[in-house]
Amino acid sequence: MSDTTHGVGGLTFDASKRVWPNELNVFGALVLIIIVFEMLGALLMGQSFLFDSQGRFGSIFNEQRLYIIVLQVSIVGIIAIGVTQVIITGGIDLSSGSIVGATAMIAMSFAQVAEVNGQPNPKAIFLEQGWVDLPVIVPVLVGLACGVTAGLVNGLLIAYTRIPPFIATLGMMVTARGIAKWWSKGQPISFPTQEFATIGNGFGGWMPVFIFVGLAILFQLILKYTVYGKHTYAIGSNEDAARMSGINVYRHKVLVYAIAGMLAALAALVLSSKNLTAQAGMGVMYELDAIAMAVIGGVSLAGGRGSIVGTVIGALIFGVIISGFTFLRLDAYYQEMVKGAIIVGAVVLDQWRQRYRALHA
Amino acid sequence: MDDVILETRDLTKYYGGIHALEGANFVLRKGEHVAVMGDNGAGKSTFVRQITGVERPTRGEIIFDGKSVSFAGPIEAREAGIETVFQSLALADDLNVPDNLFLGREKILFNLGPFSILDYKGMREATLEGLRKTAVKIPNIKNTIRHMSGGQRQCVAIARTATFHSKLTIMDEPTAALGVQETEQVENIIRNLKEQGEPLILVSHNMRQVFDLVDRIVVFRRGRIVANLRKDETDGQDVVAHITGAKTGAEYQNAA
Repeated sequence: MSDTTHGVGGLTFDASKRVWPNELNVFGALVLIIIVFEMLGALLMGQSFLFDSQGRFGSIFNEQRLYIIVLQVSIVGIIAIGVTQVIITGGIDLSSGSIVGATAMIAMSFAQVAEVNGQPNPKAIFLEQGWVDLPVIVPVLVGLACGVTAGLVNGLLIAYTRIPPFIATLGMMVTARGIAKWWSKGQPISFPTQEFATIGNGFGGWMPVFIFVGLAILFQLILKYTVYGKHTYAIGSNEDAARMSGINVYRHKVLVYAIAGMLAALAALVLSSKNLTAQAGMGVMYELDAIAMAVIGGVSLAGGRGSIVGTVIGALIFGVIISGFTFLRLDAYYQEMVKGAIIVGAVVLDQWRQRYRALHA
Repeated sequence: MDDVILETRDLTKYYGGIHALEGANFVLRKGEHVAVMGDNGAGKSTFVRQITGVERPTRGEIIFDGKSVSFAGPIEAREAGIETVFQSLALADDLNVPDNLFLGREKILFNLGPFSILDYKGMREATLEGLRKTAVKIPNIKNTIRHMSGGQRQCVAIARTATFHSKLTIMDEPTAALGVQETEQVENIIRNLKEQGEPLILVSHNMRQVFDLVDRIVVFRRGRIVANLRKDETDGQDVVAHITGAKTGAEYQNAA
């Protein structure tokens, strides 16, 4: 079938004509945005955005800025990996930010040291029970269990009460934030063990980036090469067809939301470890940032289309824009305003592109 | 009568007080192509829904491939060997041709539960084999369904039945939404199935198509089978007379 053949209805199709992957468009947008910041930098600041124009780092890139760009998106990026899968099934997850808050609080209280500067740890939650200086596996497992439980509740609500994902996860968003505040009556939880601190600070601070990239590669492969991935796309594409084909749609949705909850919990472990403290307000608005990364990365809110690779590039666009604004010394207020415009713009562009493709396919 | 692939005895379906299907006795032999005709609401679709497991009959027996069967759902019917091309095609728009053909029954390289690794190569080869068998021309099987015409979509849906060596194929109005050339393509696929001796039940309103393609015509009227006509012993006028109720087959006089 390598030759051009005549198909149904006398139309001619070229088998060698490859479909242009959407990820390349998103990557093009990333490059374009970097070029804009380079030009603005040259015009307004007299220095380069990403390149080492002053010879401070002894390499061609401004390594410090690259590090900040990647680091600041890697924690929300971990959440976005789960959110991407939820959106591909045609759902939405608003609860991930609150799951981060609740998980950080609960996990951190199992990661505390017994003594600080020779005194008993003043912040220790479980000092009386003697649950201090526990091996790092305990808070990690407790944290993951929290995330998976919250995700399971989301999934079971959506699958078996048939309420829209928006409502189910909105409920979880409010509830999980309540749990985060109730856990220590609003007090921050601090002084983790050395091993726990490694999760967010290991490898000279690059640990969150390694975790993010590792998880992104893992889930990209899972979505592409496993039955789980194929069914995730099928459900978002045509839920009735998926059901008629014998896919257990409800069980699959529960699994997808549980995985999203687990990834939110992982983000919570990295974040609380990196900050060496957990607070009830951790992760506020992260759910929307994660959704924005996915949408900018070409994941269709209608379901069925998108990839983890796209979301990772979307996350980088996010990081570049925030760093770019800091670089141009613009106030944080402007950053938020422009962030909103970019999210809307990305969806509008995607719609136009879909319509164009439908007309010219 | 071991050449009978499907037989229904006294197949009956009531929706509350509505008798949608009443005492249908139907026989299909191996290699035979039968058309099911009738006016809207005559019971054709109800009949198809009972034998494909979409609904459970109120009364009656279905004997498929020599065994009395009672399907809990369309998936069970499919596993038994009854492949149905529904009017709504049940294809996932964002997936390509092999993905759709094997949806819900993927070939697997090694089993890891829900995370089992897909055998893309095996599925691609089986797809090309299925397309060759049905003489379906799809230029690029890597294209997603979204980028295909109505005829191509219909062909993909039909090719799905051929890929899995089904024992019986049921098509519900396969060309109702297609243009002239696309209809021709689908009809060629049906002729191909006939040559290969695959039995078929074709639900259609199209008189020319029915006379072109099938061996026998079964007419439904008001929930009952009212005629069982061999194609070479009847003509269009005769069939229309049975559909409208001007005539009733001799052996069905007391039923209607």
